[in-house]
Amino acid sequence: MISKPIYGLIAEFDNPSSLVAAARSARAAGYRKLDAYTPFPVEELNDALDLHKNKLPLLVLIGGLLGCLGGYGLEYWTTVIAYPLNVGGRPLHSIPSFIPVAFETTILAAAVTAVLGMLALNGLPMPYHPVFNVERFALASRSRFFLCIEAADPKFDREGTAKFLELLGPREVSEVAE
Amino acid sequence: MSGSSTPPIQPPVLDPGQTFGSVTDKISSIVLTKRTPLVWLVGFGIAFSLTMLLLYSIGYLVVKGIGIWGVNVPIGWGFDIVNFVWWIGIGHAGTLISAILLLLRQTWRNSINRFAEAMTLFAVACAGLYPVLHLGRPWLMYWLFPYPNTMGLWPQFRSPLVWDVFAVSTYASVSLLFWFVGLIPDLATLRDRSKKRFSRFTYGILAMGWRGSARHWQVYETCSLLLAGLATPLVVSVHTVVSFDFAVGLIPGWHTTIFPPYFVAGAIYSGFAMVMTLAIPLRKIYGLEGLITMRHLQNMAKVMLATGLIVAYGYMVEAFMAWYSGNPYERYMIWNRMTGPYAMGYWALIFCNVIAPQTLWFSKVRNSVPVLFAMSIIVNIGMWLERFIIVVTSLHRDFLPSSWGMYHPTAWDWSTFLGTIGLFAALLFLFVRFLPMISIFEIRQILPQAEVTEPPK
Repeated sequence: MISKPIYGLIAEFDNPSSLVAAARSARAAGYRKLDAYTPFPVEELNDALDLHKNKLPLLVLIGGLLGCLGGYGLEYWTTVIAYPLNVGGRPLHSIPSFIPVAFETTILAAAVTAVLGMLALNGLPMPYHPVFNVERFALASRSRFFLCIEAADPKFDREGTAKFLELLGPREVSEVAE
Repeated sequence: MSGSSTPPIQPPVLDPGQTFGSVTDKISSIVLTKRTPLVWLVGFGIAFSLTMLLLYSIGYLVVKGIGIWGVNVPIGWGFDIVNFVWWIGIGHAGTLISAILLLLRQTWRNSINRFAEAMTLFAVACAGLYPVLHLGRPWLMYWLFPYPNTMGLWPQFRSPLVWDVFAVSTYASVSLLFWFVGLIPDLATLRDRSKKRFSRFTYGILAMGWRGSARHWQVYETCSLLLAGLATPLVVSVHTVVSFDFAVGLIPGWHTTIFPPYFVAGAIYSGFAMVMTLAIPLRKIYGLEGLITMRHLQNMAKVMLATGLIVAYGYMVEAFMAWYSGNPYERYMIWNRMTGPYAMGYWALIFCNVIAPQTLWFSKVRNSVPVLFAMSIIVNIGMWLERFIIVVTSLHRDFLPSSWGMYHPTAWDWSTFLGTIGLFAALLFLFVRFLPMISIFEIRQILPQAEVTEPPK
């Protein structure tokens, strides 16, 4: 039986505990290119799939600092250099009065970085992904938990991996079309 | 919960017996159904008519100028600023619920954060209209922002009014981002569950291909926490800056240091009252009593009680400091508030904000939905009166008796105010019809089945 290449094999589970157990077994069996799909964040999967810490906090810190410098710099440049205006003898560089706006630009830049950074790190928007080819995958956003072993994994073997997944006690194992 | 010595039992956050599937179906069916409830149609019709009234009032304002309003020397800030502060304050509860309660890991927030955030957005939209309309030439509102222009002018960054522009526009942007990020997984649910091509396409575009991957969830959770951490100081800063609009001025009754904390507490107070005003009819109409339970209403009542006490403390400090300062203008200001031409308003606000909410100490009151609903309306009115009293009584009699006056709001003031209430309601009706009003994935997350049990190592 020769058929088209596939993206991977996907197993469907009823509850998060079986999924986490399955993910641990798959890692223990040496599979590395695998991902889980759940209807809500399952914290234990980070450990089970050995997901590393993400870089988002660093990006947000940089974004916030740039926002702060940008906001304060704008205030300094406009009030001291571009448009100096003596208001009741106050210094042109009025530090306390510059804090609120610099604070707001810090928050704004950090929040925008957080959202764009989250989308970028996740590779979204991504309208097409092979897992959507599996009909039952629509349940991943409702009540079911999926574990996908990708064909790109060096240990992947179409029949052997399918047998391995069947042993983990899923409801169903299906092939994910490329 | 009789008078016995047993501690009162807290009702559960969610009604038992619900599954991942059942909560998903329950919440998403409100959006995906073809049938629109009659209440919705009638309510939206009224709200839409009021929105038209708003557009008419704005149109007339643009043609005639702000002379159609009751604002005039010495009361240059009338309904426009009263309503601006009132609306923006209402918005604060949404951010508080979504951000601060997330950081504090209060799982009960998961049932109410989505529509509280929507409420924030719509309230900020209503609030933002007022200062722009009050500019007199609203079509030049972009002058408020720093941009290189042929006039060679820049904003005056020492002015609290410029801080306000930055605070409110940042607040609106961050609230929108936070709300949208929260919606992404639920939009994916709607995409996967909807039967119609058009809605599947629309929700699909908005969900941006979200597929619930564990890798994505990890970054997503980091993002939510970071946004919550950023929104928390932001929400405090926004009403602080709003209070600076007053406190930095020298007018008696405005020039006080209690204003920032007292404004922030007042904002949360009125915001929770508004969440309650909205939650009670919504859960009834859509049968969501299993998700927005008595526990939620009780907790909100408790937050209202606590913030109400802070507000009451603010009123006391205002009066005490006016007397203790020995400043004749300050003393006159508070005496004028209590006994002057607006005394009725002052005492009504004390009744609504300080006396009536004291009933919330009793668990009988916190357990009665109609009483809570009435209480939330009373607090909304009280907080509106508070802003009216702060803005108007301080301005109408300041230092020189020769410059005293009275404020008479005109029909246009009222029609604009009613119009923003209509706009707020219309946006909420649309939101409830087209987007899940309760965060579905966050409800799944707090179901008992979501707990992962692992064999000990």
